[in-house]
Amino acid sequence: MNALAIVQIVLYLAVLVALVKPLGWYMARVYEGKPFGLDWALGWLERLIYRAGGIDPAREMSWKTYTLAMLAFNLLGLLAVYGLQRVQHLLPLNPQGLLAVPPDLAFNTAVSFASNTNWQSYGGETTLSYLTQMLGLTVQNFLSAATGMAVLVALVRGFVRRSSQTVGNFWYDLTRSTIYILLPLSLVGALLLVSQGVVQTFREYQTVTLIEPTHDAGGAVVTDQTIALGPAASQVIIKQLGTNGGGFFNVNSSHPLENPTPLSNFLELLAILLIPAALCYTFGKMVGDTRQGWAVLAAMLVVFLPLAAFCYWSEQAGNPALADLGIDQEAGDRQPGGNMEGKEVRFGIAQSALWASATTAAANGSVNSMHDSYTPLGGLVPMWLMQLGEVIFGGVGSGLYGMLVFAVIAVFVAGLMVGRTPEYLGKKIEAFEMKMAALVILIPPLVVLGGTAVAVAGDWGTASITNPGPHGFSQVLYAFSSAGNNNGSAFGGLGANTVFYNISLGLAMLAARYWLAIPVLAMAGSLARKKATPASAGTLPTHTPLFVVVLVGVVILVGALTFVPALALGPIVEHLLLAG
Amino acid sequence: MATKTHSLFDPAIVRRALVDSVLKLGPRQQIRNPVMFTVYVGSLLSTSLFVQSLLGTGEASPGFILAISAWLWFTVLFANFAEAMAEGRGKAQADALRRNRHDVSAKRLCHWPCKLDEEPSLHAMAERGEIRVVPAPDLRAHDVVIVAAGDYIPADGEIIEGVASVDESAITGESAPVIRESGGDRSGVTGGTRVLSDWLVIRVTANPGETFLDRMIAMVEGAKRQKTPNEIALDILLAGMTIIFLLVCVTLLPYSLFSVEAAGRGTPVTVTVLVALLVCLIPTTIGGLLSAIGIAGMDRMIQANVITMSGRAVEAAGDVDVLLLDKTGTITLGNRQAVEFIPADGTTPAALADASQLASLADETPEGRSIVVLAKTKYGLRERDVHRLHAHFIPFSAQTRISGVNIDGQQIRKGAADAIQDYVAQYGGRFSETLAQKVEEISRQGGTPLVVAEKAKPLGVIHLKDIVKGGTRERFAQLRQMGIQTVMITGDNPLTAAAIAAEAGVDDFLAQATPEAKLTLIRKYQAGGHLVAMTGDGTNDSPALAQADVAVAMNTGTQAAKEAGNMVDLDSNPTKLIEIVEIGKQLLITRGALTTFSLANDVSKYFAIIPAAFAGTYPVLGKLNVMGLATPASAILSAVIFNALVIVALIPLALKGVKYRPIGAAALLRKHLLVFGLGGLVAPFIGIKLVDLMVVALHLA
Repeated sequence: MNALAIVQIVLYLAVLVALVKPLGWYMARVYEGKPFGLDWALGWLERLIYRAGGIDPAREMSWKTYTLAMLAFNLLGLLAVYGLQRVQHLLPLNPQGLLAVPPDLAFNTAVSFASNTNWQSYGGETTLSYLTQMLGLTVQNFLSAATGMAVLVALVRGFVRRSSQTVGNFWYDLTRSTIYILLPLSLVGALLLVSQGVVQTFREYQTVTLIEPTHDAGGAVVTDQTIALGPAASQVIIKQLGTNGGGFFNVNSSHPLENPTPLSNFLELLAILLIPAALCYTFGKMVGDTRQGWAVLAAMLVVFLPLAAFCYWSEQAGNPALADLGIDQEAGDRQPGGNMEGKEVRFGIAQSALWASATTAAANGSVNSMHDSYTPLGGLVPMWLMQLGEVIFGGVGSGLYGMLVFAVIAVFVAGLMVGRTPEYLGKKIEAFEMKMAALVILIPPLVVLGGTAVAVAGDWGTASITNPGPHGFSQVLYAFSSAGNNNGSAFGGLGANTVFYNISLGLAMLAARYWLAIPVLAMAGSLARKKATPASAGTLPTHTPLFVVVLVGVVILVGALTFVPALALGPIVEHLLLAG
Repeated sequence: MATKTHSLFDPAIVRRALVDSVLKLGPRQQIRNPVMFTVYVGSLLSTSLFVQSLLGTGEASPGFILAISAWLWFTVLFANFAEAMAEGRGKAQADALRRNRHDVSAKRLCHWPCKLDEEPSLHAMAERGEIRVVPAPDLRAHDVVIVAAGDYIPADGEIIEGVASVDESAITGESAPVIRESGGDRSGVTGGTRVLSDWLVIRVTANPGETFLDRMIAMVEGAKRQKTPNEIALDILLAGMTIIFLLVCVTLLPYSLFSVEAAGRGTPVTVTVLVALLVCLIPTTIGGLLSAIGIAGMDRMIQANVITMSGRAVEAAGDVDVLLLDKTGTITLGNRQAVEFIPADGTTPAALADASQLASLADETPEGRSIVVLAKTKYGLRERDVHRLHAHFIPFSAQTRISGVNIDGQQIRKGAADAIQDYVAQYGGRFSETLAQKVEEISRQGGTPLVVAEKAKPLGVIHLKDIVKGGTRERFAQLRQMGIQTVMITGDNPLTAAAIAAEAGVDDFLAQATPEAKLTLIRKYQAGGHLVAMTGDGTNDSPALAQADVAVAMNTGTQAAKEAGNMVDLDSNPTKLIEIVEIGKQLLITRGALTTFSLANDVSKYFAIIPAAFAGTYPVLGKLNVMGLATPASAILSAVIFNALVIVALIPLALKGVKYRPIGAAALLRKHLLVFGLGGLVAPFIGIKLVDLMVVALHLA
């Protein structure tokens, strides 16, 4: 590993961790309804929304009401995006005159953005109008992220409250997440990105003459190029902050107008993990013991760091097959070395591998390099990070509530070993909690493994595979790992815009998002009803390094071992074949 | 009975368990346990595959399928065996108890209340038609029976008249007879015990089939065993994991088909291998031992002479974080001891000690003995031979409330201050101002003043004090380490209570405790999220016992107390509470430890089976065969065999339980994680390799 790469990774993590406490503290104040400054400036907007929606933010909801509100709101968002796509040719702000999106693709896209997945079967610049992008996708980028945060806050309240029938008010949590957290951060971030050259315009696409004419696939001479434009910066920042990941342009953050400079790359990369990491502190603050939050964050970092380093190492080591041919893959003054296929020269291997790891650790899914082109082991890292259940940072809100479910399981197993029935943060973990936790850990493997099995069983799925052998298997496994964990990144390779994949991946995204959120909210309701057991010397401490080890162990044993056989038939065997 | 412990592998129990483990193969028994039911179905499936292969259309060689299938059946049998072993110990005890149930007849009183003679002649009563002899099973609650010396008590009941010594060894295992009498807290009697002297009139409190003995038999036999809350929660987790692994194995078939096509060689993975992989991955170790652990936990309670009314109570015992302890008998010795002689004006301490010793020589009460001992240790007064003194000892009587000795014309008396005051007054004497003050001072300190006088002359006062049991402080410090608070309950005034509480090192105390105050205290702790354990014996303890999470009734206590509690301590030893908590913790630890071990085991099994399963399609996967297992067939078979054997290997641990040490939660976790987590990760790599070597050596695959 060369020194520059280490500096880049360390600097990134240092800035990230430094921001965790201030932002986490701020978010805790937002959710606890304590003054935090910005409420003076934007309070009118919050009150306006409540008045317009006829909402009483002080009215507490039971977990069932909270869940219904969440589902109804998400269904509305889904239908709105679907409708917008189907009639975009009739609506303004469509300078390219793009046609209505076909139903299966529109369904897939609508589900994808409602569920905070942002799997993109469509190509942004060739499919969606400016209006659809802004009113549909960008709005969903905010709201789906805010939904995840709201569900998390309800779960945290479940731990905090004692003998309570309610878990908060969904509209209150949703509105405040959007207005006080996502909007201000996006505003600042978008301006920073524009300063780096990310476009933000309503002008139609620009046509420029090529300096050097070229030929297209049919052999015809091409003399000019159309450069796609649009209001990108505003969508790019929220796609990162809200762990959405849906690029404005088809090639996402490897596009020079979406991510032009190393600094824009750094900012976008920071935005990926910023809120998921800071929410750990928010959680600790809200349960009255910030050490609990740090422990969870530490567990995430303990998994993330070695995997990111392994991904980098694997890419920098290059392709073993090429090494056998005597090709120099060493990094030097004249070349970055390693495997640069599918990576942007302006980012290099370290920034690409770090991004690939961060975007899949978080349920973000934006890319600045093509994961399909990674070495088998380098590509295994993003795939496995998703298969861990998107709990290592994960989606905003959803990552942490997933991780807390794993903590509940860890406490359940380890708690018994100290001679007490298990309790987490003073709440007894009993049959109902285990039922919900079992659902949460069961559904992603069901969707991922089941979906992949269906896809590889017939032409409907295998016809889209563009690579032979185990790599083709990896493409399908990656697609379902991405959709089945609401990540949204694509391996590339797979031609996923078919009716089969649009529908099956759409269903996978729906299941992964809502069949997890519902049990989590049910658990929140059950926890809130319980009394709290005061901590004593006999209580399992859940803030210690030892507990971090247990938590990591459970995430890996329960969340990841499940995928070992599938991975063995994909990237692992591919690597072994390549290495000879 | 209960004190007779069976060794872990008593041949009789093992024989019975072997038979039972086959009898338990019925689907209705298997379906209770989702993990083992999966293995059961897998065994059936592989057996049918074996039959198919015999017909020549099998997916693999009949020998291989047979071997896998046989070991899958063994896995089921081993789990059955573990459960049968745990039950076996209980069953053996239940048999012993049943032998104690005698077909006795009861002498039912036809009219009650009625006047009884001092020494009622049952014969005469029967002749007068006042008694009807009926078989014991015909007795119902509220019937009144009379039991004479030598008779077995026909049913559980409450003594309403009489005092008698009763042999309760059938229930408690304690051979020394105990005194039972009407009124007070020693009025409960248990069916199956025997009256040794005198007679009792008993009101029956339990219908046939509901007696203490019946419930005890049901309990130790596990007939009424229900899954405890934590067991249910764990079952859900295990079932969830089983479904996940089922999914892993089922989807491997299409993956394998695809891979064979993509690679252009090899054959798809066989169903036999998938079933083998499934059984290896699902948590069979904990699944197979879970119910054995629960039964063994209750069994350990029985070994400690505690009868639990439900498994739930054992589990709750592990969770208890507040112990309410009665001062007397638990924290202090039941009896007070003399600590000081305080002479009255005109008497020397030595003279007082001398007189006190003389007055106490014949006093065999612990207080009396302690006076003699104090006189010896403090003033060197040797104990004198009672018979050579030619003294006349006056025993304590309830009327005068004093005792003493007449010797050489002296009349030395000792007793409570007011009783002695009356005695002295008879002779025209009275207490001096300073003596009265001393008496009061001792009372204020929580001691008991015992005044000694010679006719009209008060000699002084003996200070009797509560003595905190040795080692109590350390024990409570240990409990604090376990995260358990101790609260002392006493009828003393707050000042005295505070003094003793400080000396004993309890965390809190409740002085001048009334039953209502106890109940309020328990509710207060429970409202704060604590789980409370207490012991009690009196009827007035019942509300508090019913409220407490773990309520241990003393066997000597009243029927009401036993009904209200969820455990009965046959030894009637209040310190048993601490042991009960430890047994509860041990049960939970064992469960957690084996779950961890079971999950950690999975890592190695992937390394054994995955390369083997796809050896034909992707031979390069052989690089994952880190254990260097001989052939694909031997690798898969070894993993299955190891998986089955580990259940047997862990049966002793499941039955005995993981040892509990009061070292604090963090240290416990570290220790157990190291042993069962890391151990569970590493052990199977070695184990599977060893089994593989043997499989190859024996040409099994």
